Amino acid sequence: MAYAADAHGHDDHKPNFVNRWLFSTNHKDIGTLYIIFSLFAALVGVGLSFLMRLELQSPGLQIFADGQMWNAYVSAHGLIMVFFVIMPALIGGFGNWFVPIMIGAPDMAFPRLNNISFWLLVPAFLLLGGSLFVGGGAGAGWTIYPPLSDSTYQPGPAMDMALFALHLAGASSILGAANFITTIFNMRAPGMTLHKMPLFVWSMLVTAFLLLLAVPVLGGAITMLITDRNFGTAFFDPAGGGDPVLFQHLFWFFGHPEVYIMILPAFGIVSHVISTFSRKPVFGYLGMAYAMVAIGVVGFVVWAHHMYTSGIDVDTRAYFMAATMVIAVPTGIKIFSWIATMWGGSIKMDTPMLFSVGFIFLFTVGGVTGVVLANAGITQILHNTYYVVAHFHYVLSLGAVFGIYAGIYYWIGKMSGRQYPERLGKIHFWLTFVGVNLTFFPMHFLGNQGMPRRYPDYPDAMTGWNMVASVGSYIAIASFLFFFYVMWVTLRRGEQAAPNYWGEGATTLEWQVSSPPPFHTFDELPRIR
Amino acid sequence: MMAAVLLAGAGNAFAQTAPATEPMVGAPVPWGMGLQTSGGPIKDAIGDFNTLVFNIIVAITIFVALLLAWCIWRYNANRNPVPSRTSHHTGLEIAWTVVPVLILVVIAIPSFRLIYYQDRARDADFTINVTGHQWYWNYRMPDHGNFAFDSRPVFDEDLTPGQFRNLEVDEPLLIPVGATVRVLTQGADVIHSFFIPSLGVQRYNIPGRTLETWMRADRPGTFYGQCNQICGTNHWFMPIVIRAVPQEEFNAWAEAARTRFAHTIPGNNAPALAMPAANPIRTAAAQQ
Repeated sequence: MAYAADAHGHDDHKPNFVNRWLFSTNHKDIGTLYIIFSLFAALVGVGLSFLMRLELQSPGLQIFADGQMWNAYVSAHGLIMVFFVIMPALIGGFGNWFVPIMIGAPDMAFPRLNNISFWLLVPAFLLLGGSLFVGGGAGAGWTIYPPLSDSTYQPGPAMDMALFALHLAGASSILGAANFITTIFNMRAPGMTLHKMPLFVWSMLVTAFLLLLAVPVLGGAITMLITDRNFGTAFFDPAGGGDPVLFQHLFWFFGHPEVYIMILPAFGIVSHVISTFSRKPVFGYLGMAYAMVAIGVVGFVVWAHHMYTSGIDVDTRAYFMAATMVIAVPTGIKIFSWIATMWGGSIKMDTPMLFSVGFIFLFTVGGVTGVVLANAGITQILHNTYYVVAHFHYVLSLGAVFGIYAGIYYWIGKMSGRQYPERLGKIHFWLTFVGVNLTFFPMHFLGNQGMPRRYPDYPDAMTGWNMVASVGSYIAIASFLFFFYVMWVTLRRGEQAAPNYWGEGATTLEWQVSSPPPFHTFDELPRIR
Repeated sequence: MMAAVLLAGAGNAFAQTAPATEPMVGAPVPWGMGLQTSGGPIKDAIGDFNTLVFNIIVAITIFVALLLAWCIWRYNANRNPVPSRTSHHTGLEIAWTVVPVLILVVIAIPSFRLIYYQDRARDADFTINVTGHQWYWNYRMPDHGNFAFDSRPVFDEDLTPGQFRNLEVDEPLLIPVGATVRVLTQGADVIHSFFIPSLGVQRYNIPGRTLETWMRADRPGTFYGQCNQICGTNHWFMPIVIRAVPQEEFNAWAEAARTRFAHTIPGNNAPALAMPAANPIRTAAAQQ
């Protein structure tokens, strides 16, 4: 309470270190914490993928002791990247930093809830990371399908630790989502109508609704899994009248919206960057906003396209196929609207723009392979193969991650007050672009050839492309370490950033305040014409 | 652009087909880019449809890449210092909504036909029950005397020259060329997936459920597959081998197998043969 008591009368009073960073209720500080946390988790997640690519570089088992250890690492890689890298960076990081500023709000609606949301992630991450070192680890894939995730097949506390980690991360997401929805609906500055809201705020609004509706379903499913494991229930055990396929339905009812949760904020960031660097307003603003709403809504009714080989009825497959293909339409609207935003613009290809244009192209590649996979007929032989691995890494590792990089380079000057060195940024982009494409493009071929995912060893015929993918991943990993160097240079020696360092193309409210913004962004509410 | 060029390269690889006379091998090939060679009608249908979709997605990808390249070149700040303020064009927005819908309809019609074709056998010649175990396969032949047998992976040290590492089994499943086979899948412990790319067939093996699908090999040959759903530590080492042979050879094999595996026939009191011990768990150490 000391905080509230002495807050008045100072223009930009900052609390001491402990109060500021451990008990933080300031949306910008919490956003910074989220971004730092995400980068740290990314080091771990990337480290796991480095080990995986080392193993897959040549046939045979070299690094991993056995398949269980491999399965545990693969599962941890997936869960860390989803829950502790992409979501914290895009939603907790950029969302916290810029949603309140963009709508002209002094802070989030529930600042202390915001604090809890962040600090729940830390024990969640420790539990998940710790599960790797307990017993044989939690080796059931990130989809944790029972019976493999049951206590018979994953004995010991590792799987329980992973499930509890998901519970904590899920609670964090739900609280964060409630916070965002409340903030966006109730704390917009006078004149900031919904149809004037920047697209990044729209993307966060849709994302928050997806989180609020999807994550509790995951919570229910893993609670049942925990009681199956520990308290003798049989929700998913056929021997006790349960059904393993029920878990798949529940998991993917969460899991499919989850992939949009990861990509929608990146859509928002890319819209801002494209508009800024083309010096043009976003083309088809309303279409862009409602395309995201449509993606969110349809995203809830396509889940069983992850289960084409689980024995669901052929008519059901036909429905899920049709519904899945429909998503290509709003996605196409977004791609073409971004291109139309660039059309006729005055384009500068600085690093954030490079990452955004890269995003559009690579997301298109990942999108069209998604259209291939939507067809249950083809997926009959591509399901669970490396084609799927290539597809989702194109939309996430190249899509969402490019969105994160675009966001960091776009806003680092705003967040830190120091601008990144342009040359180093461009080098980082090209290293990353070459590395990730070399890593993930050959995986399409491996999938076509029938290489199943979650394999530490493969038939010798698959050696060639696996070697190429591994070399690509080393380049991508080097580029990731180079990114830390770029950030270090930025924070140590970067030029002082002006309030609006991108010039006239940058029109949203964060460019009206200083870089970095004052501890309390707005002393009085801005008025939006 | 790089991706588009590579995608186009992959297109050529889709054309692989084996001559019909000599037994074909349905397995991955070094540096293979397209789908595996086809051994039967389902895979043929998947391959044809995949080619259609592939051509469409390559066209879309190249179209988007060209638009992006044009924008970057033509509307560069140096070449076009004054940006336009256009931010709406109703006709354009309707076009890029309607045209994708039409493309999807073109894809959807053959796609629906394909999934109904793949779903179940019309007039199956016989049935095979496939059960996934940690970490081997069990096949039961209810229409050939109801015998069953295990199909276990061959370890590296037992491979004979010309065999594929990680893909061979001790007891392959035989089917007659041209026979329509109903496949019923079950799981004994955890979920597995019965997956043979060159025959275009895949179904999960789920404990407590029986799933149905079908397959047919139109050409004699050996078709390799692997378990395709994470199932524990040896997930990567439970291959599937199906040999399609002439009817007479199949009959002789089934006749012999009824005797060899007589102890597996329900109600038959034949003494069990010495069964191999359960698969040891493969580790890196075991390989050296």
